[in-house]
Amino acid sequence: MSLHDNDLTLTTSAKPETGVPEMAGVRSATYQRAGQWRLAWWKFKRHKLAVAGGIVVLLVYFVAAFAEFLAPQDAGAYSARYTYAPPQRLHFWDESGFGLFVNAYKTEINKESFAREFVIDPEQKIPVGLFVKGAPYKLWGLIPSDIHLIGPLDPGQPMYLWGADRLGRDMLSRVIYGTRISMTIGLVGVGLSLFFGILLGGLSGYYGGQVDNIIQRVIEFLLAIPTIPLWMGLAAAIPPSLSPVQVYFMITVILSLIGWTGLARVIRGRFMAVKNEDFVVAARLDGASEMGIMLRHIAPSFASHIIASVTLAIPVMILSETALSFLGIGLRPPVVSWGVLLQEAQNIRSVATAPWLLLPGIAVIITVLALNFLGDGLRDAADPYSE
Amino acid sequence: MLFYIVKRILFMIPTLFAISVVSFLLIQLPPGDFVTSLAAQMSQQGDTIDPATLAQLRAAYGLDQPIWVQYWIWITKIILHGDFGRSFDWDAPVSDLLWNRLGLTFVLSFTALIFTWLVALPVGIYSAVRKYSIGDYTATFFAFVGLAVPNFLLALILMYLALKFWGISVDGLFSPQFVDAPWSWAKVGDLAQHLIIPVFVLATSHIAALVRIMRANLLDELFKPFVVTARAKGLSEWRLILKYPVRAALNPFVSTIGWTLPELVSGATVTAIVLNLPTTGPLLLRALIAQDVYLAGAMILMLSVLTVIGTLISDLLLAWLDPRIRYR
Repeated sequence: MSLHDNDLTLTTSAKPETGVPEMAGVRSATYQRAGQWRLAWWKFKRHKLAVAGGIVVLLVYFVAAFAEFLAPQDAGAYSARYTYAPPQRLHFWDESGFGLFVNAYKTEINKESFAREFVIDPEQKIPVGLFVKGAPYKLWGLIPSDIHLIGPLDPGQPMYLWGADRLGRDMLSRVIYGTRISMTIGLVGVGLSLFFGILLGGLSGYYGGQVDNIIQRVIEFLLAIPTIPLWMGLAAAIPPSLSPVQVYFMITVILSLIGWTGLARVIRGRFMAVKNEDFVVAARLDGASEMGIMLRHIAPSFASHIIASVTLAIPVMILSETALSFLGIGLRPPVVSWGVLLQEAQNIRSVATAPWLLLPGIAVIITVLALNFLGDGLRDAADPYSE
Repeated sequence: MLFYIVKRILFMIPTLFAISVVSFLLIQLPPGDFVTSLAAQMSQQGDTIDPATLAQLRAAYGLDQPIWVQYWIWITKIILHGDFGRSFDWDAPVSDLLWNRLGLTFVLSFTALIFTWLVALPVGIYSAVRKYSIGDYTATFFAFVGLAVPNFLLALILMYLALKFWGISVDGLFSPQFVDAPWSWAKVGDLAQHLIIPVFVLATSHIAALVRIMRANLLDELFKPFVVTARAKGLSEWRLILKYPVRAALNPFVSTIGWTLPELVSGATVTAIVLNLPTTGPLLLRALIAQDVYLAGAMILMLSVLTVIGTLISDLLLAWLDPRIRYR
């Protein structure tokens, strides 16, 4: 496939804008000789929302990968002085031209409730710089550094672009660190689901008969137990003595326990559709092993469908993790995920005092939306021959 | 047809047995038992219980028996006497606790379901018939947003807005003065007022999904020959669409009825917890965390059985609608 693709790249001169040949001649020849992946790519590019979704997803994973560098502070760094400090606006221009700064806080006593309140003080400026020295960290636990993308020039001064929480921790930094956990839990969970889905769905569809019968009954049984109570039961069963990493692993396993059934059904259907096609018979006559036929010949023939299903499964995982952690039976602090962050916003009192605690929710919505658009586009593109 | 029904009901028995075992095992999974969590609670408050009392308590609750004996006692009581046991945590019969909450849960879920269908079906039909119109794009966009917003977040945001702009607290299903009041029209009115936000929250995600399904189903049907024939015979456009393709597109909906039955009873746990609704969801969560074995087990069992019955109902409906299924 890759060799074929390279060959085509050589003959394709310009980037074709659409999947439909508009003119006869070179364009049409390219179109007719294009491989399936190329056709799918052309079709995908026509779906503008999906392309936009794809770009957003890439950006989110970029944030997840470079969390230490992008976050102004450490996720756990707290400061009792700035409890529930409201978000500061980042100013780009000062009197002398371009210059980043934020305004400092001053405290005022509320005349009605006599509570201490933070007010932005327009008189005081805290200069902010790009690529500044801040708290030391190790990127991916390996590369030591102390350069942050953005931060106050004097590390002692407060900068809370998205506000601070109950313990005076920087929300922006925490959301950035949370991205890493929330996005990988989706990937790892889907990875596990995919493994079981392909294995069991493949066996079920390829062999049929008794094997199919048993696997289908198991799937039906798992689907008969209502999802939320099942998750809650399993999540409540995680012993509190486990380390955060072990809890993280258990949660992914729990999420994929249900996740694989859906994928297995899709894959079973595809296997049944292609198992008697000529190329499978040819491979069998050629003496290929059963496993080889399933993994090397059949599975690649619907790889595009799998990619689309996986893209649509990730947001489901992210939402489930968020809901479980929000209830307090998913990931637990000190692990930082979007669901754990939203747990802070669980009661209406704290939301009323600090509405910016809901900001992690915005991150969830944007990411899930982008993944859904991307998955929708991929699903359309997976079948490039239909109109 | 009768043979088909009998066959399906017989097939339910092993499934139900397996479900009852799993529900029981599920609630036994957490390490320790109710007495351990009770002891932990007491020691947090500074009290201590001596081990002899603990052992006595275990014996009283039957927790010292091997697990299969406990299961046997549990299941025979349910089947023979309809007795779901006693909740340790609430110190009340499980069935009383459930009945107290089931009524309101049902009202809430049923209203949400009706609201969902009333909005989703017309919008889905419009979206398919006027494909790629501005209305379709708007509906599609909102459907995607509806799918992306977690229910609890929507509930939180609505609560925050209600508090900020109208200065009212919207949690619970009744205002404080009505909670223990006897039923009256004023109380019903109060309930209706409190239902608006939960129903809206519960309906959004379902509406989003249903609109997408309806649109896709109808698009498959709209260009079939029977539609062309009906149109050629001069039937008015909307009557034609509602009479033929919509009916065919509704078929897959019938098979989802099975999933709505347990949802009517479980009443969307997460939303209920955020909005502090007196439904079954928060009860289940609390029972699971406190290891209130009989309460949690009864609820999981009930929800699972309802799913199985719901699936049976939708299968029977499908078999009734489509004779081919009966003989498969």
